[in-house]
Amino acid sequence: MKPKHQRLVLAVIAFVALIGAGFIAAAALKEEASYFYTPTTMANAKIEPGKAIRLGGMVQKGSIKRDADGVSITFVVQDRDATQTVAYRGITPDLFVEGSGVVADGRLRPDGVFVADSLLAKHDENYVPKELADIDMNTAEHTKDTLSK
Amino acid sequence: MHRFANPARFLRLAKPLTPALFWTGLLLAIGACLWGLFAVPTERLMGDTVKIMFVHVPAAWLGMGGWMGIAIASLVQLIWRHPLAGVAARAIAVPGATFAAICLLTGSIWGRPTWGTWWVWDGRLTSMLVLFFLYLGYIALANASSEKGDTSRVAAVFGIIGAVNIPIINRSVIWWESQHQKASITLGGSSIDGAYLAPLFVAVAGFSLLFGALVLMRMRAALAEMRIDARMRRMADD
Repeated sequence: MKPKHQRLVLAVIAFVALIGAGFIAAAALKEEASYFYTPTTMANAKIEPGKAIRLGGMVQKGSIKRDADGVSITFVVQDRDATQTVAYRGITPDLFVEGSGVVADGRLRPDGVFVADSLLAKHDENYVPKELADIDMNTAEHTKDTLSK
Repeated sequence: MHRFANPARFLRLAKPLTPALFWTGLLLAIGACLWGLFAVPTERLMGDTVKIMFVHVPAAWLGMGGWMGIAIASLVQLIWRHPLAGVAARAIAVPGATFAAICLLTGSIWGRPTWGTWWVWDGRLTSMLVLFFLYLGYIALANASSEKGDTSRVAAVFGIIGAVNIPIINRSVIWWESQHQKASITLGGSSIDGAYLAPLFVAVAGFSLLFGALVLMRMRAALAEMRIDARMRRMADD
C-alpha cells in the first residue's frame, strides 16, 4: 500500500469513529439536552411540586383566560398526548397566541397547576405572508412542531 | 486537483476569478437585502422582523459551510499533501468565524422581539456558539507557528475533529426540544412562502459568492506573504 493510501484509510477510519462518537454522545444526551419538558415528558418524569423546570408546547385553542385584574392569565399547554394547565402573571410576548408554541419557566403547584415566572414565545418553521394567512392572528397553523411530532 | 499543486497556476486562475466573484456576490447580496427589506410582505406572526432572515440564514449557512470547507481542505492536506490545501483551510477560518458571529448576532436581535429573549441555552443556539469558539481556537492554532505560510498538521487535525459539531448543529432541533424552530428548508421541500424564499435564495447565493471571493483574496495574500518571506530569507543568506 502506498503511503498516500495508508493515510487515506487511516483518515477515513478516524473520521468514521469520530462521527460515531459524536452521535453516541449526542444520543446519550437525549433527555438532558432538551431545553424543556413537554406535558408528556413532564408527566413521565414525575416532577415534584416546587422544583424549577421549563415547560414547552402548544397553547391550546380557546384556553387562554384572562383574570379580572388584567395581568393574570391561565392557559393550557398541550402536546400530542397530554395537557398541562399554566398560570402566569405578567406581560405576555407578542407572539403568545392560541395555537402557537410557548416555553414557560416555573414550577408545579401541589394542586397540579404549573405556575410560570416567565413566558417565551416559540415561532414555528412556517413563514407565511399576513395577507395569505386566511386565518386570524390568533390561530396559527402548525405542521411539524411539537404538536404533531 | 493536482493541476493546482503549482501555486502559479492557481494564482493565474484566482486573479480574474476574485473580482468576478466579488462583484457578482456583492451585487446579488445587496440586491437581495434591498428586495427583502422593501418588497416582501409582512409575516403573519412576526411582522417586519422576518426580514432579518435575509442576513441570518446566509450567515448561518456560511458559518457551517465554512467549517466543512476547513475540514475537507484539512483532509486533502493530510492525505494527499496538497500544497494549497492548508493555505485554503486557513483562508476560510476568519470569514467563517465572521459569518458565524453575524449569525449569532442577527439571531439574538431576531429572538428579542420574536421569542421575548436575546439568548437561551437551547441545543441550536449553544451548538452554534460552540462553532464560533471552535473557529477562534482554529485561528489561534493556525497562527501559532512563527513561520510564515507554515501549514502545521495540528490545525488540520483540529479542523477535522471540529467537523463533528456540524451535524450536531443541524440535528439539534430534531434531537432535542428547543427554543429554535425546526428546519424550514429540508430535502422534502420548504415551509417558507415563495415571497420570502426567492430573495432568500438570491441572498444565500450572493453571500456565498462574496465568501468565495474573500477566501480567494486571503489565499492570494497568504501565498504572496510566503513568497516575500522566502525571498527575504534568500537575500539574508546571500
